[in-house]
Amino acid sequence: METITSIKPLLAVLVSLLITPLLISSKAPNVRETWTFVAAAVKFLIVLSMLPTVLKGTEIVYTIAEVVPGVAIKFRVDALGMLFALVASSLWIITSAYSIGYMRGLKEHSQTRYFCFFALALSATIGVAFSANLLTLYLFYEMLSFATYPLVTHHQDREARSSGRKYLLYIVGTSIGLVLPAMLISYNLTGTLEFGKQGFLAGAGASKPLIGLLLVMLVFGFAKAAIMPLHSWLPAAMVAPTPVSALLHAVAVVKVGVFSVVRVLTGVFGTDLLLSFNFGTAIILVASVTILVGSFVALSQDGLKRLLAFSTIAQLSYIVLGVGLLSPKGMTGGMVHIAMHAFGKITLFFCAGAIFVATGKKNISEMVGIGRRMPVTMTAFFIASLSIIGMPPCGGFISKWYLVLGSLEAHQMPVLFVLLTSSLLNAAYFMPFVYKAFFCVPKEAMFENTVQEAPPFCVVPLVITALISIVLLFYPQPFLRLASMMVQGITGV
Amino acid sequence: MSHNYPALIVVVPLLSALVISVAGWVNKRLCFPIAFAALAVAAYSSVGLLFRVLDEGVIVYKLGGWDPPMGIAYYVDHLNGLVLTVVSVVALLNLIASKKSIEEEFPEKTGPFYTLYILMVTGLLGIVVTGDAFNLYVLLEIAALTGYGLLAMGEERAPLASLNYLYMGTIGACFYLLGVGYLYIVTGSLNMVDIAGILPSLYQSKAVLAAFIICMVGVWLKMAFFPLHAWLPNAYTYAPSAASSLIAPLVTKVMIYVMIRLILTVFTPEFSFNVLAVSDAIVWLAVIAVVMGAILALAERNNLKKMLTYIIVAEVGYMVGGAWLGNRTGMTGAILHIVNDALMTLCVFLVVGNIVYKVKGAGFDDLKGLFRKMPFTMGAFVVGAISMIGVPPTCGFFSKWYLISGAIQAGHYGFMVALLFSSLVNVVLFFRVFEICYYEPFSDHHGHGHDHHPEPMDEAPLSMLVPLYVVGAILVLVGLYTGDIVDQIIQFAIPKGLV
Amino acid sequence: MSDLISIIVANYNYWIYITLMMIGLYAMIAKNNLVKKIVGMNIFQTAIILFYVSIGVKKGATIPILQHGHGHGAHTVVHAVDYVNPLPHVLMLTAIVVGVATLGVALALAIRVYDRYNTLEEDELLAQIREK
Repeated sequence: METITSIKPLLAVLVSLLITPLLISSKAPNVRETWTFVAAAVKFLIVLSMLPTVLKGTEIVYTIAEVVPGVAIKFRVDALGMLFALVASSLWIITSAYSIGYMRGLKEHSQTRYFCFFALALSATIGVAFSANLLTLYLFYEMLSFATYPLVTHHQDREARSSGRKYLLYIVGTSIGLVLPAMLISYNLTGTLEFGKQGFLAGAGASKPLIGLLLVMLVFGFAKAAIMPLHSWLPAAMVAPTPVSALLHAVAVVKVGVFSVVRVLTGVFGTDLLLSFNFGTAIILVASVTILVGSFVALSQDGLKRLLAFSTIAQLSYIVLGVGLLSPKGMTGGMVHIAMHAFGKITLFFCAGAIFVATGKKNISEMVGIGRRMPVTMTAFFIASLSIIGMPPCGGFISKWYLVLGSLEAHQMPVLFVLLTSSLLNAAYFMPFVYKAFFCVPKEAMFENTVQEAPPFCVVPLVITALISIVLLFYPQPFLRLASMMVQGITGV
Repeated sequence: MSHNYPALIVVVPLLSALVISVAGWVNKRLCFPIAFAALAVAAYSSVGLLFRVLDEGVIVYKLGGWDPPMGIAYYVDHLNGLVLTVVSVVALLNLIASKKSIEEEFPEKTGPFYTLYILMVTGLLGIVVTGDAFNLYVLLEIAALTGYGLLAMGEERAPLASLNYLYMGTIGACFYLLGVGYLYIVTGSLNMVDIAGILPSLYQSKAVLAAFIICMVGVWLKMAFFPLHAWLPNAYTYAPSAASSLIAPLVTKVMIYVMIRLILTVFTPEFSFNVLAVSDAIVWLAVIAVVMGAILALAERNNLKKMLTYIIVAEVGYMVGGAWLGNRTGMTGAILHIVNDALMTLCVFLVVGNIVYKVKGAGFDDLKGLFRKMPFTMGAFVVGAISMIGVPPTCGFFSKWYLISGAIQAGHYGFMVALLFSSLVNVVLFFRVFEICYYEPFSDHHGHGHDHHPEPMDEAPLSMLVPLYVVGAILVLVGLYTGDIVDQIIQFAIPKGLV
Repeated sequence: MSDLISIIVANYNYWIYITLMMIGLYAMIAKNNLVKKIVGMNIFQTAIILFYVSIGVKKGATIPILQHGHGHGAHTVVHAVDYVNPLPHVLMLTAIVVGVATLGVALALAIRVYDRYNTLEEDELLAQIREK
């Protein structure tokens, strides 16, 4: 594989880091928001400018410093990293617009702090996407944990404090308690932490119990992936303002977790090693349990954001499941799901936020008939929920399709059952709500029949993301292409 | 000029201390510039010396032209070149940052304070630069005596705490002196290199063993190695901010340096790790120190400064454990942690200094709403805390990396677990403080839609913030340049025999 | 038994210094009064000074001053056996100075403590601190 050295990955990470002094020193909110948009656009353009190179099969590398013998703080842009960076950076632009609408609509306090840490969080996310080794990934993973803490606890009340504690306990506790020692043990086994095509642990000649222990530590250590039983921080973190939940808890934070798990499975252990020790089944089992339990719990939720949180928990494990199948189609499906789920779920969160801004309602039981008052928002909600369920005409269909193919390819029939059940459950928790929103009997309706949407800054972004969800079915490139390139690099198929 | 760096490092501050005490009588405003100039010269010489060592290797400076082992020689190699730089730079930065608080806390006594300050730094630099075992004792006492004075200038309980420190410190120094006496009996020399040359044929001697153990106990007392730590928390807590932010980062670290010097140079690693066969026990002691330091810090729920002092106790355990793991990686970690811990401790104590300057207290109750009131100070605090927790790219992570790596290589998983435990406890400790600063005082109406401004911003003056941010930047830079520091400096500080 | 006695007698200087050290240490640990602790500390230091002085001494040797160090006599051969080892003694000059300085600082601190609490008894001090 060809590699070229370029400073672009570093710039992509630094853009939003360097913007923070400007954000702090901006006097007027409009100036501040302009800077946010500038940074978001520049970031997206930098990422985009690397896309053709990556699509040609060339990797872009940049080393900052070799901190420990054999391990440097280093960026490498490969297909998988590119896929994730594209999703994150494009959604940041849209979320920035939405944040303005939401935060101003609710007259939230400390907006400067909010935008600063948002920018920091995005730096960390892109950093994770472009990490070339486990140490760099860990660095940005931790940076993200700390940068998102003030966002999650934005309201600074007692509820925020207890959620913040839970958040830290799970996220930082596992990363220091599990990932750090696992990383050090692997380093002392092999002398490197560089993600390889077939994992750097493959050649270490470690025994099966040791590899199994490391696998457990690394998969559960990245608790942002919300794999059960380390999932309960995610619903707790829903105290955050909705744009935070949207971008961070549907896209950046949880996806960083899943992305890290995918990287660990493919780049640290390697599919061959996992296959030869037959660990794929264990991963599938854990992921399947998370999918089913998460979906069942979601059924019983009344808070819209909590419902979405449990839905996220379940959907994240699709990605883990796909990679755990260790078959080319399954892995492709898992990786593409990073993008498909992101666009769908962010739309749903945007809708939840828009409803809250417009009506102040948080619970599903209080939203009967809301479709008549906010038709645009609810239509977008409907489209996005189709994408999550995995039905055409939405992008979610593609990833599910690949997952199904992958499970057939890997001869894992129970997985097929899991996928099917989960889709039904998804439909069961989304559709009644959508149905009641539009087609309730007039006397049940809780809202006037007049159309009254949230501010345009809220509505436009969610329409855009909903449309993208549809477009992704017909034009799933470059995401599908990137995922299959990555898989091709790993398996050679 | 550059030839005399080793002497300048000690002589310039020593003489300046005398000048300051006189100048203090004439005009109090003269003290700071003289002190600043003295430390600037020391820092400049240290850095120059470090670079010379990097170029030329070990530098021997004969005081008064007398040849060792008769005369006193200053040896500067990679190890103390590095520590010298850290000590002088930390002292300089702290001096600048503390100017305002010194003037505010003792308007009448600035002269004596600066005199003691500079003398203390002289002592510390001397300890590091000297190659003579007895000379080291004298400088140790210079640093200690001035330290007692500085610490006693604090609040009401300070003299008592300082007196208790004096008892323990004197015992520690006496033990060291006694150990040196035994070494002198068997070798007839006080020069470290000379002793090291004579010792190998005497390794089986009981007197050498006694000398080693007595020296170690003395040094452990001085560095507050658990369970010999009892003097430290009170002494540091009640001290004036300027004194505690000088002493907390430096004294324990310099004593760790002395320990490592004894292990590596005076008694060669071969003797310390193989002949003695006590390293495993000492690492377990370090494990207890780390765990107990963490638990004691957790139990402290009233005073930020006191909490930090218990963290120092735990950090001492890190370094003692790392040094005694008996392998190169662990020793690298210990030496690197001397540098990093000095900087981290300086960072958090400077923050405490800023807080005390503005809020007049460092109790947990005083911290409410500080993120709003002093956002820049707190920003630096976060950096320091993150480094103490051990998050990359701050330097604290990398020394922890080497320490844990060393533990894994030595098969000492207890030490690894202790370090991880302490990191996790640090998360709890610092976020407990952050929570108070961030959430409290709770407003009655809940978050939404209320732009509550309980307190306006009231930040520390720029002269305190700038050095603080310099330290914060150094924390990250040292982290990023860890590879270079280890390859260029620490690599050569450890004898080749230690693998 | 006679072995033990002979060991003790042969190295009586060590036993004396160790005894003194222990007395000092005991005073520092067990005494309640801060000044008594300081006295104990001083005994402790003095014990080590004695130790050093004693190791420099040789049987039948004299003070290390060359009687004919200048002029014509300077050429005579000097027998090291005839003189006690001056180095430990010189070192102890420094140590004595350090000890005096320590004592001074300690007493100064004790005075400060007394000014604030009007007592030097440790239990009373602790009681006062606890009240606050």
